[in-house]
Amino acid sequence: MSDWIDLHAIWQIVVVGVLLGAGLPALFAVGLRALSAPAGGQTAQAAAGADSDHVYGGNPVGLVVAGVCFAVILAAIGYGIYLIVSSA
Amino acid sequence: MFGDLDSSPDGGDAGGVGNTFLLVLVVVTALGFDFTNGFHDTGNAMATSIATNALHPRVAVALAGVLNLVGAFLSLSVAATIASGLVDTGVVTLTVVLAGLCGGVIWNLLTWLFGIPSSSSHALIGGVIGSTIAAAGANAVQWHNLVSKVIIPAGLSPVIAIAVAGLGTWLVYRISRKVAAGARSHGFRLGQIGSASMVALAHGTNDAQKTMGVITLALIANGSLPQDATAPFWVILTCGLAIALGTYVGGWRVIRTLGKGLVEIESPQGMAAESSSATVILAASHFGYSLSTTHVATGSILGTGVGKKGATVRWNVAGRMATAWLFTLPMAALIGAGAYGLAAVIGGSAGGTVVLVLLLAVATLIYLRSRRGKVDQDNVNAEWTGALVPAEDEPAEPVAA
Repeated sequence: MSDWIDLHAIWQIVVVGVLLGAGLPALFAVGLRALSAPAGGQTAQAAAGADSDHVYGGNPVGLVVAGVCFAVILAAIGYGIYLIVSSA
Repeated sequence: MFGDLDSSPDGGDAGGVGNTFLLVLVVVTALGFDFTNGFHDTGNAMATSIATNALHPRVAVALAGVLNLVGAFLSLSVAATIASGLVDTGVVTLTVVLAGLCGGVIWNLLTWLFGIPSSSSHALIGGVIGSTIAAAGANAVQWHNLVSKVIIPAGLSPVIAIAVAGLGTWLVYRISRKVAAGARSHGFRLGQIGSASMVALAHGTNDAQKTMGVITLALIANGSLPQDATAPFWVILTCGLAIALGTYVGGWRVIRTLGKGLVEIESPQGMAAESSSATVILAASHFGYSLSTTHVATGSILGTGVGKKGATVRWNVAGRMATAWLFTLPMAALIGAGAYGLAAVIGGSAGGTVVLVLLLAVATLIYLRSRRGKVDQDNVNAEWTGALVPAEDEPAEPVAA
């Protein structure tokens, strides 16, 4: 079986794929949600109308959380570029 | 595959002048293949960003083109063995490579005409296998490796991509459901551009390298380079430019099928799809298991349809693609074998010239045929009504994808 299918490589691809390929967009969503969180007392709709393009909701804590999320994502992208350069 | 291009075996390729002439034909055809590789695969990176209006179509293909060029330069040590272990390298001559490239180019153009994303690597491998069989018989092909390194990965990669992108999509919608719709689509469009750029970069690195490898080996075979040489700068430059130019021209037909035909895509889905594609492609090449960019990208887009509640997934379109994928290896092999037969019957430089002229004629015919039902940056995002070519432009156009 393993003569035909490289199970070792496949499970690693699946694990990395799930952690980064699905995890990073999820983290981006967390960052976006934190960023758009309204300042105390308001609802999201009140802070920024449902069809508004305004991403920042006015909550400073949310801004910090979002900053951390986006920084982690940028670091992952940097690592990806590093892999491209080094694996050749 | 082309580990040891023998420069002076049997009649046809022998002789200094004939060889240099054939070498030029191989280089030109390889760059032509690289160009088709570029425009065939633009959609892998940019189809979702174009479909959600995250990027203007022209800007999207320009960005992808530039990133493909950058990607081509990122990998400095180009391996001189491409998919080694698939055919007996002792029988591979310049004529075999030329015929194999023809198989790859023609299959790429045909699938593009029908708007079907299919693997350019498979087309190239198929073409070379066909011309090798025609030159030296079926025993020259290492069938076990073909199954374990090419066919089985091709079957697995869309499944992995569907799972990853499906999970990512589900998570993204779940987490962002309280974000106002306008802010959500605006934010994810930005994320989409970033993730799509990574796919374009990875594509430039992986796919431009294949052509660099082909040309480098042809040069080695001709004695123009020493055995252990890596790709000279002009090879890296021309290959990078060819794939970037192809990408910029934009395979609008394939982009339309990927962006509008398979799934109706919103920006969160687009970001999940491109993140999945970039990660799976990079992880696969890191762990030494080469997967086709096209198979992964198509699987990812399907996955975003599976992962979003109530999304429309056009499984009939997906089925038609899967069918084309099944035919890619054998059809490119048939064309490659035919091209080799023709070149061998005529022999030498004349044979190579006839094959190249025929290739240009077929390419022109396919191009002219595509003009009858045009898909370009203006109608690429038109409503999908079951046909590749939007109805306004060509009411009776039967071409569908």
